[in-house]
Amino acid sequence: MLMLVLANNYALLFVGWEGVGLCSYLLIGFYFHKKSAGDAGKKAFIVNRVGDAGFILGMLLLFAATGSVKFTEVKEALSGVPAESIEFGMLSAAALLLFVGATGKSAQFPLYTWLPDAMEGPTPVSALIHAATMVTAGVYMVARSNALFQLTPMTSNIVALIGAFTAILAASIGLVQNDIKRVLAYSTVSQLGYMVLALGVGAYWVAVFHLFTHAFFKALLFLGSGSVIHALSGEQDMRNMGGLKDKIPVTHWTMFIGSVAIAGIPGLAGFFSKDEILWQTFSSPLGSKALYVVGLATAGMTAFYMWRLMFLTFYGKSRVTPEVEAKIHESPAVMTVPLMVLAAGSVLAGWVGVPKLWSAFPESFRLFEHWLAPVFESTHAVVEEAGHAAHHDAGTEWMLMALSVAIAVIGILIARHFYGTNPAIPDRIEASLKPLHTTLYNKWYVDEIYDFLFVNGLCKGGGNVMKDFDSNVVDGGVNGAGWLTRFSSTISIWWDTWIIDGAVRLSSFLVKIASYPVRILQTGQVQAYALFVLAGVVLFFGYYIAGR
Amino acid sequence: MNPISQYYTATDHFVLVPAIMLALFGCAILLLDTWIIPNPSQRKWLLPVFVLPGLGLTGFALWRQQAFLAASGSAEITAFQGALTVDGFSLFFNWVFLIASLIVALVSYKYLEIEGEHHGEYYGLILLAQSGMFFLATGTDLVTLFIGLELMALCFYILVGFLRTDKRSNEAAMKYLILGAFSSGFLAYGFSLLYGMTGSTKLRDIASTLAMRDAWDPMVFLAMATTAVGLLFKISAVPFHMWAPDAYEGAPTTVTAYLSVASKAASFAFLLRIFMGPLAASRASWEPLLSIVAILTMTVGNLAAISQNNVKRLLAYSSISHAGYMLLGLIAGNPTGIKGVSVYVLVYVFMNLGAFLVVVALRRKDLLGEDVEDLAGLIHRSPGYAILMLVFLLSLAGIPPTAGFLGKYYIFLSLVETGHYLLAVVGTLYVAVAVYYYFRLVRSMFQTDASVTEPLATSLGLRVSLAASAALTLAIGIYPEPFLRLAQSSLTR
Repeated sequence: MLMLVLANNYALLFVGWEGVGLCSYLLIGFYFHKKSAGDAGKKAFIVNRVGDAGFILGMLLLFAATGSVKFTEVKEALSGVPAESIEFGMLSAAALLLFVGATGKSAQFPLYTWLPDAMEGPTPVSALIHAATMVTAGVYMVARSNALFQLTPMTSNIVALIGAFTAILAASIGLVQNDIKRVLAYSTVSQLGYMVLALGVGAYWVAVFHLFTHAFFKALLFLGSGSVIHALSGEQDMRNMGGLKDKIPVTHWTMFIGSVAIAGIPGLAGFFSKDEILWQTFSSPLGSKALYVVGLATAGMTAFYMWRLMFLTFYGKSRVTPEVEAKIHESPAVMTVPLMVLAAGSVLAGWVGVPKLWSAFPESFRLFEHWLAPVFESTHAVVEEAGHAAHHDAGTEWMLMALSVAIAVIGILIARHFYGTNPAIPDRIEASLKPLHTTLYNKWYVDEIYDFLFVNGLCKGGGNVMKDFDSNVVDGGVNGAGWLTRFSSTISIWWDTWIIDGAVRLSSFLVKIASYPVRILQTGQVQAYALFVLAGVVLFFGYYIAGR
Repeated sequence: MNPISQYYTATDHFVLVPAIMLALFGCAILLLDTWIIPNPSQRKWLLPVFVLPGLGLTGFALWRQQAFLAASGSAEITAFQGALTVDGFSLFFNWVFLIASLIVALVSYKYLEIEGEHHGEYYGLILLAQSGMFFLATGTDLVTLFIGLELMALCFYILVGFLRTDKRSNEAAMKYLILGAFSSGFLAYGFSLLYGMTGSTKLRDIASTLAMRDAWDPMVFLAMATTAVGLLFKISAVPFHMWAPDAYEGAPTTVTAYLSVASKAASFAFLLRIFMGPLAASRASWEPLLSIVAILTMTVGNLAAISQNNVKRLLAYSSISHAGYMLLGLIAGNPTGIKGVSVYVLVYVFMNLGAFLVVVALRRKDLLGEDVEDLAGLIHRSPGYAILMLVFLLSLAGIPPTAGFLGKYYIFLSLVETGHYLLAVVGTLYVAVAVYYYFRLVRSMFQTDASVTEPLATSLGLRVSLAASAALTLAIGIYPEPFLRLAQSSLTR
């Protein structure tokens, strides 16, 4: 991961990218004796291959276009190029392919399916890799390539669309999942969608800002869920939880902070970054009102599913089985202290990126934007210029802010109403909207579609063709190659024995032979020696006559 | 400083002190040795009484000169109206001579006792030879340099023939003397031409006058060629090398060691002084010439070494080939090249001395210990010496991490820097040939059975010197920084 971030060119970044990917696949399959874990690891691996292929192609295309894979040189090479506003040129293709890589690593539609399954890995791994670090690599890479993406508005639009679509798709799936980690997994996908949305609308620093704040509260939530699971002796189904508030208070309170933060309640980390994304989506020339509405809806859903999780887990009546009930205990300090640290981060992290609107705060509260400014300076110029043209007054921004807070609060309240005060309602709704619920619960059948299309259709169907090809062409080729190798090795044995060894012996023999004349010249007679000195002198003058 | 007299100022004295010390102690040994130590079996006490104090005081005087240069910040001290110049270059080479003399003096007593020729004169001659070398490194006047050269050479003529009852030794000395006189004749002729053309014996004046002449001016060429003959003879470059194998083989092994190292280093100092000084302007005419000589030297040295069965002779040819490598540094002629020659000289002192010292260690009352067969199975007899010899041979072959690699590295680097690719390739190829004959010795030591089984009996001085040489051979190879800085100081001219 460090290499990924420290690399100054795409090639080295790719090395880090693959390194972190490999560790991730292996960690997902850590409990390899469980079939589901092994499958999840394979799935992550295969899905990411698709993205990585895109990355490599994009990198090569970029190299072809600019002659370099170094960030700075690419940026310089691109600085004079006009934006490909309408036509879909080489740069757009490169940008799009790089983005395909990003969708793989950052779990965007259509390559997001591996991330929820990755929850088969150990929970701390989920917290670290699948919430905070690795999945943000795609976001990081796109933000790094901002010079490229800003030249290709069409690709940027696609990026924004994908981001928004992923955000709302994952959020909708998250609404009905019962596995506590799965909810968080879809929440991560959804939040990554937010980041990608921000990238798509040209608000690169906001994307990185959300990446930053998200790392705190998502890691907190994951570790918190790990703590819950630990307390319940490995139970992950939220339907078998409830009423844990007083039994594991530290976990409860820290997760409470995390949930408030992710829902976007003012003052906590998630609010600042999410609100900035929504505002940029609304105001940026690359954004649009429709995308804003999608983002807003997602914010509401986020609040809802997070608080559904909270209410199902910590409040209401306990649905825990009696034998597990007896063993409920708060986790040891080694687990709770990190939670508390992360909770503090979830509260404070947002204060480095206070909105411009809150003019009561000094400039130092907008540290984050200024800190990243050098990397994104060219983008700023473009976006801000356009932003001025389409001037939005402060009132609009205040209003939108209030709207997003309101929708978050509404989401929380609905969740409270459904799962806190009146647990019968969800069942009723579920019954009346049976098809929709089933679809959501089954994740829009995306996995099944993929299975049908790619795994069964392409692989198995293609498998038969491949089998014939294998037995006839490949095997034949292998046998032929084997024969050829043996034949050539026979030749090379002969070559070795006679030519190479011969040459070695010959050269040592020659060297020996050559040394004898020199020896013969050394007669031991002093007159002969003096004659040689004279010969040398004659040689010198001969050289003079020849050399002049 | 206060003038002592118009012709001998305090500065002159300050510059001359190392030579005075060497000459004083050398003469003292010659005069007093039989009075103070009448019993021949006690001769080894000469070492602590005369040799070590003499060398110590010389070192002290050199150190004072170095400290003075460093403190005053000036590049050089000139004395005797420019006849002597103390600078980084001269100090560097003087330190090398001092180390060589010290090591040789330390190892000699036991060897000379075995040979039955342990006389005080031996040490006296070593000190006097070193005072001759002092003038070779420090002198900047044709006359001074010539006298220094002859002083050194005369001492060596005697030292080579020091084994009075040994025919080989006498023969070697005779050949060396005759050929040395022959070559000195050429040198004197060249010097007289230089003087004749420029009207001065000071190198600096000669340089400025010759700079105005064409490089291919016949008189300049004649002077250059004859001077070169004399100098190339001293460094045993082909075709003026013929004396070297005979002299090396016949001389007492300790003298061979000294001759191969100190004499060669001093001659190189002399050569650099002349070719980088007065003759620098006519580089166009001598660079191709010396390239030919260097290639010939490497060819003959390396090829002839292969078929030698006498270790001393083998090492003699190897030292001829090393002279070829060092010449390459002069041909490149850029700062890297000169630094390379300096590093090579320094490195060569330790590795070549070390190799000869092992041969010294092999000498016993009833065994010459000079044949390749005498090394057989050394790893079983005295594993320590075998491993030390391996270190020296690896270094001579130029294999990292030993010092020899570093020396060759800078030489080849300078060649590449100045575009002499062909020379670099030829030089590198001959390294491969050199590995062949060095490893003949290694093979003999490690893979054959010993005919004699008892371990080597050696003196304390030899063991100390061997250990120090090996340690430095490895140290320069592994941590070259301080030594490179030392060699760098030789460039400040």
